[in-house]
Amino acid sequence: MEFLTTFVNGLSLGGIYAMIALGYTMVYGIAKMLNFAHGDIIMVGGYTILLFLAVNPIVAIVASMIFCMLLGIVIEKVAYKPLRGASPLAVLITAIGVSYLLQSISQMIFGSAPKFIVIAELGILKIGGLSIGYSTIITLACSLVVMIALSLFVKFSKTGRAMVAVSEDKGAAQLMGINVNNIIMITFAIGSALAALASVFFLLKAPTMSPTFGSLPGIKAFTAAVIGGIGSIPGAMLGGILLGVIECFAQSVPVISPYTDAIEFSILIILLLVKPSGLLGKKRREKV
Amino acid sequence: MADNVTRETVLKTDHLCIQFGGLKAVNDVNLEIKQGELYGLIGPNGAGKTTVFNILTGVYKPTSGRVYLCGEDITGKTPIEVNKKGIARTFQNIRLFGNLTVLENVMVGLANQIPCSVFESVFRLPRHKKSEREAKERAMELLRVFGLAEFADYLASNLPYGKQRKLEIARAMATAPKLLLLDEPAAGMNPNETQELMDDITFIRERFGITILLIEHDMRLVSGICEKLTVLNFGTELAVGDTAEVLNDAEVIKAYIGE
Repeated sequence: MEFLTTFVNGLSLGGIYAMIALGYTMVYGIAKMLNFAHGDIIMVGGYTILLFLAVNPIVAIVASMIFCMLLGIVIEKVAYKPLRGASPLAVLITAIGVSYLLQSISQMIFGSAPKFIVIAELGILKIGGLSIGYSTIITLACSLVVMIALSLFVKFSKTGRAMVAVSEDKGAAQLMGINVNNIIMITFAIGSALAALASVFFLLKAPTMSPTFGSLPGIKAFTAAVIGGIGSIPGAMLGGILLGVIECFAQSVPVISPYTDAIEFSILIILLLVKPSGLLGKKRREKV
Repeated sequence: MADNVTRETVLKTDHLCIQFGGLKAVNDVNLEIKQGELYGLIGPNGAGKTTVFNILTGVYKPTSGRVYLCGEDITGKTPIEVNKKGIARTFQNIRLFGNLTVLENVMVGLANQIPCSVFESVFRLPRHKKSEREAKERAMELLRVFGLAEFADYLASNLPYGKQRKLEIARAMATAPKLLLLDEPAAGMNPNETQELMDDITFIRERFGITILLIEHDMRLVSGICEKLTVLNFGTELAVGDTAEVLNDAEVIKAYIGE
């Protein structure tokens, strides 16, 4: 029974990681850059919820998603777009800079002490010996819906097809009349909205938010994206869920629970040694 | 031909030049292509043919000179704008979207013809479904024209080489161009495939009433289907005129096979 509870908790946590990992992997696939500020969007999403929580929790969630979407678009336009075609290192450093900028602004506005943000008090579901928080169930259900909807969007819409086309060959896509700038903007918007949604689920699990909150889930979701094969959408989902389940099982064993993070990152290192392109990533042969 | 006089000029370039550092890759090229013509751009390797294509499609901006499409100045427009104005192209080295199916490749080309916003797609509003169905039907129709319908669900990268070339033409045609640019369509084809390609090119010109400009090295294809030629050598025009005339020009023969 305890096994099953841990497993469901793992799937739920994995769902959150997957949602964040999707943002990393889509941006990488389409704009060919690592957006290290992505984790901090989660944190901004959390604080935006705090601002609107007095109105209504649902309004707060929607407002947070819209604000993060706009923030994602602005960050791309102001910080990354001017660097398109610059060396990947310059873009990477800029992303780290944006990350610190977001953290510092949040610290100026909200202070460095953690804030309590209670979106809703949800109970615990008990079936037989199984006890699972309603928040876990909602998280799991929502993340499944989001993943299915996103897969459908990418596979069966003209924007989705254009995204795949841009990720493969920007030049050819442009010559077919695809507006690459728009596609990159849409990608950032979707990724940031998902990060805001992820912050909702984190807050349901544990209702505190601090300016540096986004770093660890950001790094873990990035790990999940790499495990699944960066650039691959199903890969991000698989990697996220895998990492969530591993984390929950590691935490449930008292002896190894302090080393949970170490275990997760070790898995990444081992996997990269065995399969450098990730679980579902494409092998790339260098042409000589 | 009497009707030549009345036919509209589709593409006109006016003293087109581009310079890369000290190298004049294209120097004073004046093309004039009339509606419905099959026009060839030939010349030895490195003559600047693909560079001309890249200028026409907005990939490069010319150092000087203008490009007119149906009388409208399109010089310096971006590739996206040029495509929307009505120029589509294929590539010397095939550049299909290998992770998309054959059908989806053509649907990407249709993107600007089907009205449907991201918002409508994300929330699956009625117009999303309708536009998807329409795109699929139109893409299938194009695939049937090119004899690719049975391969619709194949990944583009799994098609045999000759069929990939055809799919590239189909994808370009999906953007509803007035002028189609083909960059060495017969490259790497065997004589049978080349013959089939020649039939296809003449067929799509009839069927869509389109104007075609092609770069080619295969002289059988050039003399077989092109009506007019421009020969480039070291970026400058060596000869311009009717195919038979140009191919017998002493200067042209000298440039190709030496004295």
